[in-house]
Amino acid sequence: MPPLLDVQELTVEYFTLKGQVKAVTGVNFSLERGATLGLVGESACGKSTLGFSILRLVPPPGRIVAGKIDLEGVNLLNVPLEAMRRIRGSQVSMIFQDPMTSLNPLMRIRDHFVELFQTHDPSIKREEAVSRTIKLLDSLGIGGDRIDDYPHQFSGGMRQRVMIGLALALEPKLVIADEPTTSLDVIVEAQVLELLKQLREKHRLTLILITHNIGIVAEMADLVAVMYAGQIAEIGPTEDMYGDPLHPYTKGLLESAPNVLHPEHSMRPIPGTPPDLVSPPSGCKFHPRCPKVFEPCPLREPLPIHQGSRLVACHLYDQVDH
Amino acid sequence: MKSLSGIPARLLLRKGPKGAEVYLAIAGAVLLVVVVTLTFLAPYIAPYNPIVEIGPALQPPSSQYPMGTDHLGRDVYSRVLYGAIVALEVSAISVLLSSTVGTVLGLFSGYSGGKMDRVFSMVMDSVYAFPGLILAIAIAAMMGPGLVNMSIAIAVVYIPTYFRMIRGQVLQTREQLYVEAARALGAKNSTILFRYIFANIIPSLVVVLSLNVADAILTEAGMSYLGLGIPPPTPDWGFDLSKGKSYLPGGYWWMITFPGIMILIVVLGFSLLGEGLNEILNPRLRER
Repeated sequence: MPPLLDVQELTVEYFTLKGQVKAVTGVNFSLERGATLGLVGESACGKSTLGFSILRLVPPPGRIVAGKIDLEGVNLLNVPLEAMRRIRGSQVSMIFQDPMTSLNPLMRIRDHFVELFQTHDPSIKREEAVSRTIKLLDSLGIGGDRIDDYPHQFSGGMRQRVMIGLALALEPKLVIADEPTTSLDVIVEAQVLELLKQLREKHRLTLILITHNIGIVAEMADLVAVMYAGQIAEIGPTEDMYGDPLHPYTKGLLESAPNVLHPEHSMRPIPGTPPDLVSPPSGCKFHPRCPKVFEPCPLREPLPIHQGSRLVACHLYDQVDH
Repeated sequence: MKSLSGIPARLLLRKGPKGAEVYLAIAGAVLLVVVVTLTFLAPYIAPYNPIVEIGPALQPPSSQYPMGTDHLGRDVYSRVLYGAIVALEVSAISVLLSSTVGTVLGLFSGYSGGKMDRVFSMVMDSVYAFPGLILAIAIAAMMGPGLVNMSIAIAVVYIPTYFRMIRGQVLQTREQLYVEAARALGAKNSTILFRYIFANIIPSLVVVLSLNVADAILTEAGMSYLGLGIPPPTPDWGFDLSKGKSYLPGGYWWMITFPGIMILIVVLGFSLLGEGLNEILNPRLRER
């Protein structure tokens, strides 16, 4: 049985006036059913673009230029547009960053759900769609009696619950959550994450969690992929990654976050800024900022190498092979 | 009343704009209902036949002639009542025509983008580049006078206004996260275009529509003033206005004043209704 999701050599570029922005370059990973992948990295490292490309919704002028995205063995990049539309929402769906604006302000909560149910199954009756909505709202911790409210009558946390409900209503195989709690305060964030966890257990969800909050990833994810400049620097099981980061960038990322258990370790930011993706640095794209840079780094691009449970793209580990 | 740290109490107590929009809309609607009713009642309540001489010329308002008589001895009051028919017909036809064409083209052009959008935008911009009245006059002159022709001429001039407004709003709205979210949940293109994009544009459309009706009446009056509208002796506010102007220096103020006031009332009615509807149609503003 093939893995639920298998992404191979995925390359996405934005064709701008300044040139081609290589947002995602040759990304490989696969995801088993029921697993949660945390996708972390700085802003503009390509993690959202990667999420959107799985739904084939990369906003123009972006285009998927190469690679394949297999969902249960079917390459989504070869699926006709109409079939792709049906896959969205029913097989793969997405939760967005800003719940305040992700619901249509003119539509009642009821209509959001009824529309979703009826789009994917025209034979479903309105009454049935409504009764399913009420049940769903109850399970989200929103009273079913709020079904006739408009989005503006809901708080940010409640709207995000609604959004999660919409994304999960048709029990999709894969849910992509693009920074689902970034715009919420910590208490609501904890509640929303708790809800996501519950629903994940209940429906055996496969989840891709895109975030720059490595704390959330530690809590939620089985696997972590660290992205830098459109590539996966390191990918592996969460405990291994956090316990013993191999890639200097992963190390830097972990050290730049506050650590409650070891407050004596002060935060150390990674110097420099992410590279310009129109003309990225030669060789390893991280080399201008890397504390462990040595001869091969600016010359050759590192290839992903297996290190125990992990894949890491760094020349430091080349030598082990030789 | 106590004041709060030096801020006068009356400022603190002042009510916000809540509810004001409703009164605006109602005021506008009432004005329009009155005018529309008058058009229907004109044959029954007009004291005289508006197109025949019924007394001495240029009589000031009196109990016999409530708004005086014009230079041909016709009753101004009767002409004002009948004149509403032309004004409302022309503005209704032209605005309906231009808003339908402009909105449909704007929606598809903005949503599909690409080459089609370029071509439509260029065509619309070139129409827009003409001074509106001059273009309407040219079209009307080409097609000849008459109510329908004049309405079409005015409609052509206004199509780009709708097109540009709708297209701009589509470009803005389609970037909204709720459009992206709907797409990510598998919504159909038609659903996105109408329920998510167009529905959110309607408030702007209603405002432009109501202001445009007002503008169309003024353009109609302007064209009739130049003799391109309805052929005389049909009562027409614009035409009467133009005639009245030449008699104003002689002190015969009533010929120009009463049709002018009617134009003002109708324009005001539509403007108030438009402003009010804009606020009412938006569920977020509705609860403020």
